[in-house]
Amino acid sequence: MTINKILEKYPFAMSYFVENKLDVENHKEKTFQEFLDGFTHEEVEDLAMDKEELAENLEIFIDQMKEFLGIKEEVGVRSLTILPGFDKSGSPEGFNELTISTSQVISIVGPTGAGKSRLLADIEWTAQKDTPTGRSILINDELPDKKWRFSSNNKLVAQLSQNMNFVMDLTVMEFLQLHAESRLVEDVEGTIQRIIRAANSLAGEKFQLDTPVTALSGGQSRALMIADTAILSSSPIVLIDEIENAGIDRRKALNLLIDEDKIVLMATHDPTLALIADKRIIIKNGGIAKIIETTEEEKEILLKLEKMDTYIQDMRSSLRNGKTLSV
Amino acid sequence: MNLVIFSGPPSSGKTSIILKTIEAMRKRDLQVGVVKFDCLSTDDDILYEKAGIPVKKGLSGALCPDHYFASNIEEVVQWGRRRGLDLLITESAGLCNRCSPYIKSIKGVCVIDNLSGINTPKKIGPMLKAADIVVITKGDIVSQAEREVFASKVNSVNPKAMTMHINGLTGQGAFELSTLLYDEDENLESVTGMELRYPMPSALCSYCLGETRIGDDFQMGNVRKIELGDMDE
Repeated sequence: MTINKILEKYPFAMSYFVENKLDVENHKEKTFQEFLDGFTHEEVEDLAMDKEELAENLEIFIDQMKEFLGIKEEVGVRSLTILPGFDKSGSPEGFNELTISTSQVISIVGPTGAGKSRLLADIEWTAQKDTPTGRSILINDELPDKKWRFSSNNKLVAQLSQNMNFVMDLTVMEFLQLHAESRLVEDVEGTIQRIIRAANSLAGEKFQLDTPVTALSGGQSRALMIADTAILSSSPIVLIDEIENAGIDRRKALNLLIDEDKIVLMATHDPTLALIADKRIIIKNGGIAKIIETTEEEKEILLKLEKMDTYIQDMRSSLRNGKTLSV
Repeated sequence: MNLVIFSGPPSSGKTSIILKTIEAMRKRDLQVGVVKFDCLSTDDDILYEKAGIPVKKGLSGALCPDHYFASNIEEVVQWGRRRGLDLLITESAGLCNRCSPYIKSIKGVCVIDNLSGINTPKKIGPMLKAADIVVITKGDIVSQAEREVFASKVNSVNPKAMTMHINGLTGQGAFELSTLLYDEDENLESVTGMELRYPMPSALCSYCLGETRIGDDFQMGNVRKIELGDMDE
């Protein structure tokens, strides 16, 4: 097959050529092997190329991408089930089975170092009694596919945390384009518009497409990360690790993730967030000590807390807009 | 004994990942030792010692560190066998991104970090492209989107490798890596006769031999000139 034909059939193969620094522009009439054979011995050495490997990898790459595109159309992850193992002392965990469905929010509480990372790693690795906790993970009530462990394009868990920053030197537009292309999205333009609209509805201050991502305020960055994760990330499960209140509407942020059919796990000790969840996981000594369902009384407390929260948020935006505050 | 070769750019988190991975193997009752290769100096051996891990270090000094690695790996393997290790890990920093210390049929792990920039996978040669496992670190401080884009760039230069995200601070993911490094049925006695996965760069110009003066008169051997192009007639 000529390079032209390859690109016609698999447009995404271009990223393989680009990332491997193979300028195929003027060689599209050749087959990939002919193109590789065009390099002199010296060039091969200079570029640190491995011709055999490049040819082999192109095939693997195309197969992976085809599979990835196929997966997107398949029925995705509908539920995640955690079956109990043991805590650090070897005592059994205090629950029988926890199933979380898409669009559901579960909070995780417990002191730092109690075993949150381990729980998350168990989910990411789709543990089958083969991790230190002895837990098992089921996806859609079945034993999980191996792809969740071994493929770099299919990661089960996306993470959002307070410590995360943008580090790329790109504008919001370029940044989203890059992410959309890496996910092989068809309607790039439309997807970017959706993300921007969603992000702007979360952030106190709106931002433009030509703003560099590194110049966004804390709230704007958080808003963009959440909108991008909700809409563009391929991972069906999102872990939120302590998102603080500054400059972002957290309730709306959760709703956005829920609307995009994500399974949301939220590590937080903030009552306005923790009580939004239907259930909360209590982690102690490396294991899940128990699972508490949010009570009616707690839901009432949540309403009060939310009122207080809105009150503070209103004050905040009044201050931002240069108004004088009054009771 | 098993041998695993770790490599990766400076400060990408190799030592943290190895320490966390060995810690995760503790319960399996395996003897794991490390040999750290570096150029001028390293204090990483102290970190390993503190963790109670048998360690040796090799400083290449005036030699190319990867050439030094290739000339010493057999001795290092024999040290590991004398110490009765089940698993020997070598750690070396890829200094110019051109070389890789990987040996055919020996497991090679490349550690690379999210902060190094989106074009890094493109810039790194066989050290990344010929690895069996690629560990991506520092994912806890960049956005989800950047993690995904970075991983997809790694995948397009090395689709064969298994890519893992590991947090070198909390160790999240290190246990999973630890399950992939040791194979009971494997018993390496020597690496003599094995081959590097990719040849190292040709060298030997006058500067390799200690020349310090600048100028055409002092350049001999394997010398190449930059193409600036603006003086062409």
